[in-house]
Amino acid sequence: MTLHSFDPWPWFVTGPVISIVMVTLLLIGKRFGLSSNLRTLCSVAGAGKFAEYFRFDWRSQTWNLVFVAGTIAGGAIAKGLMLKPEGVALNPETANALKAMGIEDAGTAYAPSLLFGADAWNHPLSLLLLVVGGVLVGFGTRWANGCTSGHAISGLSSLQWPSLIAVVGFFTGGLFVSYFILPTLLPLL
Amino acid sequence: MVRLFLIGLIFGITLTMGEVISWFRIQEMFRFDSFHMYGVIGGAVFGGVLFNLAARRFNWAALQGKPLDIYNYEFGWKRYLLGGTVFGMGWALTGACPGPLFISIGAGFYPILLAIMGALLGTFLYGMVQRHLPH
Repeated sequence: MTLHSFDPWPWFVTGPVISIVMVTLLLIGKRFGLSSNLRTLCSVAGAGKFAEYFRFDWRSQTWNLVFVAGTIAGGAIAKGLMLKPEGVALNPETANALKAMGIEDAGTAYAPSLLFGADAWNHPLSLLLLVVGGVLVGFGTRWANGCTSGHAISGLSSLQWPSLIAVVGFFTGGLFVSYFILPTLLPLL
Repeated sequence: MVRLFLIGLIFGITLTMGEVISWFRIQEMFRFDSFHMYGVIGGAVFGGVLFNLAARRFNWAALQGKPLDIYNYEFGWKRYLLGGTVFGMGWALTGACPGPLFISIGAGFYPILLAIMGALLGTFLYGMVQRHLPH
């Protein structure tokens, strides 16, 4: 087996494996939800001194932090050893639209180097985009009480209306940024 | 705990191999230019629905006979729609929901650390203003 010899997995492999991960967690008495770790990490760091929301038994959630540690190792193995070095085979329409906004490696890279490569550190606006985007992810997922794993996958799977409403919200916010913010913001990076 | 680490490992490998942690794939999804992400999420939900229906029908339990810990969301819509919209904006900017946020460190996209710090700050801010927000 040689390094970097695997093609990316198609959706019909990726999707079912995600189901298996969720089901396995349920069967061992846990549940599938990533964004609750953000609350746990704040509690570990002592945020309980400032807000009631962080005063809970975070030790009961360490299993989920161990799960996260595993995901980080998984990312290192998959990207560092398995995946072929070719970038994401984007639809040329997306690639061309992004190139026109100054993201020149669209269609040839795995992630834009302007945001995730070494280049990013020289672009203050890229760093600001990441911080602000992160704040919105943290604030929004905690307000909605779930993210893609908790609502879109676990919640929709168990046929819950609140999760469908949350997913409508995910797309409302995502489409707004993609069509009204990024076309102005990306060319400035 | 080793078990949980290994399940996490599989999840991290899967989202990386399936390009779910790629900012490009998330843009392609929001531009409706590819079926890929819809297939990934739809496929995961489809498998999950089958499991949940079977679990209800046959009264499946977790190991050691404990009930399955299926979270029941409180009824309502404000927090889901408003919080969801705020999260969606962050998802489109960073190309990462909370899973990929962490997996991206492993994949070597180190500037994502700023987004993680942002996410922790956002979580902290939510905790501070929670009582004043509609839920």
